[in-house]
Parts: sequence; C-alpha cells; structure tokens
Amino acid sequence: MISLDVHKKLGSEGGCMSLDVQLSVDKRQFVSFYGESGAGKTSTLRMLGGMLKPDSGRIVVNGETWFDSEKRINLRPQQRKLGYVFQDYALFPNMTVEQNLEFALFKNQDKKVIHELIDFMALGELRYRKPESLSGGQKQRVALARAMVPRPDILVLDEPLSALDVRMRTKLQEYLLLIHKEFKLTTLLVSHDIGEIVRLSDMVFELHNGQVVRKGATDEFFGLNKTSAKFRFSGEVLKIQQEDVFNVVSVLIGNDIIRVVVDPNEANNLRVGDRVLVASKAFNPIVQKL
Amino acid sequence: MDWEPLVLTFKLALITTAILLVVAIPIANWLAHSRSKLKPVVETLVSMPLVLPPTVLGFYMLVAFSPENAFGGWLNQHLGIKLIFSFGGLVVASVIYSLPFMVQPIQAGLSSLATTLREASYSMGKSKITTLFKVLLPNIKPSLLTGVVLSFAHTVGEFGVVLMIGGNMPGKTKVASIAIYDEVEALNYGAANSYSLILFAITFAILLLVYMANGGYLKRLNR
Repeated sequence: MISLDVHKKLGSEGGCMSLDVQLSVDKRQFVSFYGESGAGKTSTLRMLGGMLKPDSGRIVVNGETWFDSEKRINLRPQQRKLGYVFQDYALFPNMTVEQNLEFALFKNQDKKVIHELIDFMALGELRYRKPESLSGGQKQRVALARAMVPRPDILVLDEPLSALDVRMRTKLQEYLLLIHKEFKLTTLLVSHDIGEIVRLSDMVFELHNGQVVRKGATDEFFGLNKTSAKFRFSGEVLKIQQEDVFNVVSVLIGNDIIRVVVDPNEANNLRVGDRVLVASKAFNPIVQKL
Repeated sequence: MDWEPLVLTFKLALITTAILLVVAIPIANWLAHSRSKLKPVVETLVSMPLVLPPTVLGFYMLVAFSPENAFGGWLNQHLGIKLIFSFGGLVVASVIYSLPFMVQPIQAGLSSLATTLREASYSMGKSKITTLFKVLLPNIKPSLLTGVVLSFAHTVGEFGVVLMIGGNMPGKTKVASIAIYDEVEALNYGAANSYSLILFAITFAILLLVYMANGGYLKRLNR
C-alpha cells in the first residue's frame, strides 16, 4: 500500500506550478497517471522514487515511512525498494545487456535471477550486445528486465512506451502485464495513451496543473461501463465535415481511419484532436478475416 | 646535452597528473552535480590559474611556503617539509596551476551524461561512489583522456611558476623549460634548440594521439 501526500513548488514552462498530490494505491494494483505533459505526473513519481524532494508532505509505503517533512525523514533513493523504468531507458552504455542486469544485483544476490529474466524477456540473443546497437523496443525490454533484477515490490514506469511504434507497443504491453502478474507487483504507469491505460491498468489518476482532478477505476473513468456496446474502440478525431443534414467525422483508430456519420448537434461538441470512443450497439459488427 | 632537465620535467608532469586525477575527480563530480550556492565561487577558484599570470601564483606560493612565514614555518617545523626551492614544492605548485585543465574536461563530461543514468543506478541501491566509478566515469573516457593529457602537457610547458618557486637548481628544480631559458641566456643556442625540439616533438605526439583516440581513428585502424 502506497500513501502519498506531497507538496512542492515547481518551476515549469510558463511560470511556477504548485504540485499538491494526495493519493493512495493498494497493493498489487496497476495504476495509471494520465494528463497532459507538464501536469506533474513524472514529478510525482520522481518524488516517490526519492529523486525529487517534496517541500512538505508524507510518503508511506507498506507501513514504512519514506518521507516525512515534519519528522525530517527522507530515505535516499537507494533505500527505497522500487524498480524504476525511465523514458529514455537509462541503460548504461559501457555495459552489455547482461552486465546491465548484473549491475542491478544487490549484495550476495543469487545470479540465477539474471538467467530467469533473460529467458522471461527473451533477451538471450542480445545478452552480449551493447545498448547502442539495440532498437527502441529491445532497449525497453532490457530496461524492464533490469528494473526487475532486485525483485522490487513496486514498479514505476515513466512513459516507457511513448517512443515505440504501435506493434512494438502492443507487444511490450503484454510483457508489462505478464511481469505485473508474475512478480505480484504494484505498478505505476505514466501514459498519454488511453488505449494503453485501458488495456493495462485497474485505476487511473488524472493530473492537471499539479492536482489530481479525477480518479477512478479505469472502466468508470473512461465511461466504458456506461455503454453496453458490442464493440468499441477509442480514437482521435482527425476531421469534421459538414454535409447537408448530417456531419461526417473521420476518426483515427490505431493506424486506420474510419468515417462515422454523426448528428450535427453531437458534432458541435467535437473538435479536431478530441479523443473519442467509437462503439456499435444496435447492429452486430461483421468480422471478416483479412 | 644534459638529459637531467628533461627527465625531471617528465617526472614532474607524471606525478602532477597522477595527483590531479585523484584530486580533480571529486571536485569535478561535485561541480557537475551540486546546486550549492558556493559552486560559482569554487568554479572561479579552480579556473583562476587559466587567467592569472603564472608569476602571480608563483609569488603568492613563494610567500606562503616560505619558512619565514606562518604556513611555511608550520610545515617546516612540524612536518619537516620545505616547499620552496624543492621538487616537492614544484609538485604542489603544478597541481594548483594545472587544476583547471583536469577539472574542466571531467566536469563537462559528467554534466553531459543524462541524469537518469545516475538515478537509475541509485534506484538499484548503488552508492554514489559505486555509481561514479562503475557508471559515470567509464562513460566519459574521452573526457578523462583529455584531462590527463592537457594536464600533462600543461605541466611540461610550465615556466613562470617553476621559476618563482623552484628557482634553477640542477637535478632538483631545473626543468626543461628553465633549462632552455638558461642556455639562451648563456648564448648556448645549440643546447636550447635540442631541448626545444624534443619538447616540441613529444608534445605534438601526445596531443596528436589524443585527438586520434577521441576522434575514433585508432578504433577504425584496429578494424
């Protein structure tokens, strides 16, 4: 169980922002942090990891106080048992894949875990390669495996998949889910991608201007439980065209663009760039093999 | 030709560089990562030898190390160390004089590394020392090489400080640059030329090697 209540003045783009975040996360939950960039998602997680010191507040993890401004407790990052995967992967360029994993071993830890993780993440062929020769997806797998070496209870993922293409993302999302279950983790994910959040997480916190503005179980959060739709996809509005009595909205879903007929009144609420849910209820969709 | 000044020069440069490497790494590391208000002051002090005439530095060290004065007298009485007109004094002076040449490349190298490398290492429970030696320094080898070579070459070329604090004592403080000056004063141009040519050739070779190594030429030759 993580309970976090932190305050900090941050100098961000466009002036100062005051970050005030209170949240609690249950054991073995998969939680996502959602919101525009600069909202304070990464800063919140950096405070949890001890890389950024809050001005005031308390962080308690599994009954252990990691930070308490009143009692002047501030555990160093080294003392916080937490696996951290960075957006830029932070693989050590001077070490091979295997050495990167070995570096993460704690004192006297059995090396067996390295071989298990190399098998688990399918890194066998890459073990003697240096990070510079790896693709983005491969680096990501190594970073994930490395974060798991000291067997943390908590895994923090700071936009780990944002630099990857759609196919690679889907593959790595599977790995994330697998790891989350296999190692009985509490996982915290920063993501912009609604599809990714819906697929992976149990709970969502939305941050805006340094505050948690909305939170809830993932399905409720995105209103997915309201539609008993037969099928549904989320996408982005690319174009809204006016016809005689109706509007045509083009929506980007994955790599496909679909055109949907929409009532003008509804179309007025939509803007180009909005995230929308496309669902069908009345008719059974046709599935055709490609 | 007397080889002693040349041997002395390279002995001085070698010892100075070795000491500087040990001294400069913690300073550079602190400067690269600290947000202390003292940082600009320390940065300025480290860089002073770049702009100050060597004679100024030499003069103050001469005064400070003199057994007549408090600090020099204390060193002499309690530790039996006499720093003026001795090889030990030259080493101390050279370390201070060449400090920026070692600190600045290492500091620049460390600053250019992504902070996430450090943070990743810390999050794995590794201490600052382990992180510095296993993660940070191995990834700034070109900067380390640059620092080592610049300090070495700069110490070889040192003149003013040595003259002020070391004087011109054969076998103790008469380094090559002093020897050249000495020979010229005695109108002994032949000997001055020999020293000069050797210094020129060696310095050229060392610098060439660094630029080739840092530019990746040596790696390409190996393939």
